Amino acid sequence: MSTGIQIILLLFLIACAIGVSFTENLFVAVIIFMGYSSIMAVIWLFLESPDLAITEAAVGAGVDSVLFFLTLKKVHILKGTREG
Amino acid sequence: MDEKKSFLKHLEAWVDGEEVILDADKYISTRTKKEKRSWRHHFTIQYVKENKKLYGILSIGISVLFIAIMLSVVNSLPEYGNAHNPANNEVMERYLESGIEETGAINFVAGMILDYRAFDTFGESNVLFLAVMCVVLLLKKDKNNYSEQEEQEIQEDDYFDTNEKHPILQIGAKLITPLVILYGIYVILNGHLSPGGGFSGGTIIGAGLILYASAYGQKKMQSFFTFRTFTKICVSGLLTYCACKSYSFFTGANHVGYEIPKGIAGNILSSGFILPLNICVGLIVACTMYGFYALFTKGDI
Amino acid sequence: MNHLGTNFYEAVSVILFGIGFMNLLLQNNLIKKFIGLNIMDTAVYLFLAAQGYIFGRVAPILTDGVIDASYYVNPIPAGLVLTGIVVSVSVTAFSLALVQRLYKHYGSLNMDEIMQLSREEEGE
Repeated sequence: MSTGIQIILLLFLIACAIGVSFTENLFVAVIIFMGYSSIMAVIWLFLESPDLAITEAAVGAGVDSVLFFLTLKKVHILKGTREG
Repeated sequence: MDEKKSFLKHLEAWVDGEEVILDADKYISTRTKKEKRSWRHHFTIQYVKENKKLYGILSIGISVLFIAIMLSVVNSLPEYGNAHNPANNEVMERYLESGIEETGAINFVAGMILDYRAFDTFGESNVLFLAVMCVVLLLKKDKNNYSEQEEQEIQEDDYFDTNEKHPILQIGAKLITPLVILYGIYVILNGHLSPGGGFSGGTIIGAGLILYASAYGQKKMQSFFTFRTFTKICVSGLLTYCACKSYSFFTGANHVGYEIPKGIAGNILSSGFILPLNICVGLIVACTMYGFYALFTKGDI
Repeated sequence: MNHLGTNFYEAVSVILFGIGFMNLLLQNNLIKKFIGLNIMDTAVYLFLAAQGYIFGRVAPILTDGVIDASYYVNPIPAGLVLTGIVVSVSVTAFSLALVQRLYKHYGSLNMDEIMQLSREEEGE
């Protein structure tokens, strides 16, 4: 049972990694990467290392994506801000 | 057809152990000079980069080859989750069995990274500090790094920040930020007792500060967090870490005495220097995370 | 020796590393390149942490007062990865700052355009 869940999560990781490469929209790519990090945090729990889970959830899904979004805003890619 | 036949003939002769080239004299007199193909000329980086298709095929080929080789390595690695793997050696036993006695920390990972491998963590805090200093160099606004358009954009953003009401964001930030920061402080202070520690707690506090700054604008944040406070906290954190650890190494290595009392394992005030070191690392990380955010938005902390 | 079925964590981490590397090589957009770099980072961490896991053991935090090496998983990879995750954030922040400066100078995120513009600039 537990192994099945882990395999599903790992397949989701691969799907996210491939999805990042094939999306045209950078905003969508960053959001997919955010989901990737969140799933990674769950996988750390399955590997019995809660320290890593907390750090990855705070860093990968939190601060990292904020930095990416700020960069997207600075380079005028986000829709609804300033384009071009 | 003819060539193939002669090739077979050659092969036959070679297998039989006869001379390698039949009719050697004739061959030498009639042979044409071989044109030297220079692979170097065909495969310069410039050439490969200009031919998109070739570049794509080559890079996919390299990646797939790498995956195949590494999968074959994984295939012959020792089994996953086995207790007798070479990775689980006597170092791990030492850390687990005498870790509590020697460091006083219940969380073995915290005891490991802040006591046995404290210099490693010190270097890492320095890496963070260096990274934020590099970002300051690259993005801080000054005479050389200044453009009219950007200035105008920042002023527009400021205008929206001050004059536009975001009631949901602002009330939510007001309610959630104290809780987030409180949780971060809890994670830092309990670093030696429960999962977490300086890095995760510091990041959580940094995320709380980012939430507050994005809801209320940078101006309000600057009333209590300026560039001076930032550098002061970071540098004093690093110096305190350095002083604590050098003291502990000096006394521990030379048996001078005056060792730090370890306390009862499990209490909040225990495990020697791990708690103050966690606080130092947490402060540095929190300031660094907020510093990244501030520099990325306004170009100033 | 045929452990590909049981070593699925390591296998997935290797595949993720390959995908990230492909992203790094093939994408023209700088931000996607850096997302690929981050994927490579996490793949390496996954490999390391999977090496330290042992079936039927608990996380390396003292539980029920048992001081015994055969009761907890290996804490060493966790410590190493903890160091790595935070370093990867600083690398990401630094590279994104570089991206912003490049955009400010060349007005583009496309690697080819930037290369061409810089070549023209040098030629002048």
